[in-house]
Amino acid sequence: MSDASWLPTAAHDALKARADLLRSVRAFFDGRGVMEVSTPLLAAHGVSDEHIDAIEVPGHGWLQTSPEYHMKRLLAAGSGPIYQIARAFRHGEAGARHNPEFTLLEWYRPGFDLEALVDECLALLGPLCGAGAERRRFRELFAAVTGLDPLTAPAADLAARAERAGAPTGLSGPQAVDYLMAVDVEPALDPAVLTVVTDFPGWAAALAQTTEDGDGARVARRFEIYHRGLELANGYQELLDADEQARRFERDNEKRRAAGKRTMTPDPYLLAALAAGLPPCSGVALGLERLQMVLSGAERIDRVWPFPVERA
Amino acid sequence: MASYSTNEFKSGLKVMLDGDPCAIIENEFVKPGKGQAFNRVKLRNLKTGKVVERTFKSGDSLEGADVLDITMQYIYNDGEFWHFMDPNTFDQKPAGSDAVGDAKQWLKEEDMCEITLYNGEPLIVNPPNFVELEITQTDPGLKGDTAGTGGKPATLSTGAVVRVPLFVQEGEVIKVDTRTGEYVGRIKN
Repeated sequence: MSDASWLPTAAHDALKARADLLRSVRAFFDGRGVMEVSTPLLAAHGVSDEHIDAIEVPGHGWLQTSPEYHMKRLLAAGSGPIYQIARAFRHGEAGARHNPEFTLLEWYRPGFDLEALVDECLALLGPLCGAGAERRRFRELFAAVTGLDPLTAPAADLAARAERAGAPTGLSGPQAVDYLMAVDVEPALDPAVLTVVTDFPGWAAALAQTTEDGDGARVARRFEIYHRGLELANGYQELLDADEQARRFERDNEKRRAAGKRTMTPDPYLLAALAAGLPPCSGVALGLERLQMVLSGAERIDRVWPFPVERA
Repeated sequence: MASYSTNEFKSGLKVMLDGDPCAIIENEFVKPGKGQAFNRVKLRNLKTGKVVERTFKSGDSLEGADVLDITMQYIYNDGEFWHFMDPNTFDQKPAGSDAVGDAKQWLKEEDMCEITLYNGEPLIVNPPNFVELEITQTDPGLKGDTAGTGGKPATLSTGAVVRVPLFVQEGEVIKVDTRTGEYVGRIKN
């Protein structure tokens, strides 16, 4: 090639910072008796979430969009607390903050409720980021920034508010909430602290348990942690009920069909593992490149990831 | 024409937006944690040159625009149209004054130009970055002003007016940067 595109986009210092970060992450979990595991990147089944598309490997299956399903099978088989530093692949997710191939630090804590896992996340992130934490409930946070209650405002009001902020027309209520969260709410968070957002709307539960909040609205036992304008981590108090999981797979596929996307076969191994009994646990996935961006002040993921998809 | 999904949008891709051909300048992926993802896209309208920003749901698609950039040779102007020839096929195409725009002041016969074709017709004419043109009129300058300070206006054979150093004289051929309209140097015979 005649140009310089063979060169890494990340400087040597960034490569070293990554190596240092991996070492301190491993030391953190070693010190807490959490075992490192490795699970397949390539598997017969892929994720059903309507907003996440796996990359198909013809003749083999799918590159994993997160190690969640396999790690839950280990938990159901009695692994105890486990973590993994895993590559994950998501079709079409490319941009300043996204690369289709990225690294997730994912861990599961049997016996932890959501609050205990939030505390552990902050024990890891607080010293690394040198920042304190602030907890916000999704509903109040969203209302404070946008003036609308994400759970009860009419879909048309949410869509109109999103359109004023530049969204395409014809969004559903949840889509408008997603848009406003990314465009208005995230940038309004205090960049100096680790913001823990909890009590996501019930429709955004994915693989989390749901519960009723103080006002009787259905909310997810899910949290996200933001710092310096970036979403770093997404955690759940994990859904244990195999039948409910099967229903969510089916609902995901209905949404995929409605969106003109291909449906995904529900992973029978995961369902069987849940039926056999997943211990009550909480789990979280943390974007490792995102964390490194925050720690180094990098504006783009390619400053910490040597070969983004255009050069890989 | 094929249609392109947001994850195929990249800088330079030509698509149809609101009935006009546009070139994608930037495509930023916006995703709130888990949930609906969006693409915030900057596009240049190729007809008006205006830059617009539009947000799409990820996975939405736009029809491709039948737009092609080719190099053509400017051959002549018939008073209404500027005629260009494909040097490979000898195919000739007339470009109207909308397509030629500001390029008209730089067009010299036989020069090679980048032409953007839309549905096979010239949409944008880009003059060469540098052109060599004869000065048809300029006031006599002061002898000895070799430093090129000050300067004076000079009218070129195409009608363009550029500022030239005082020592440059009528009848001389000069090199001009068409992107800035600035004098670059004299062409020695």
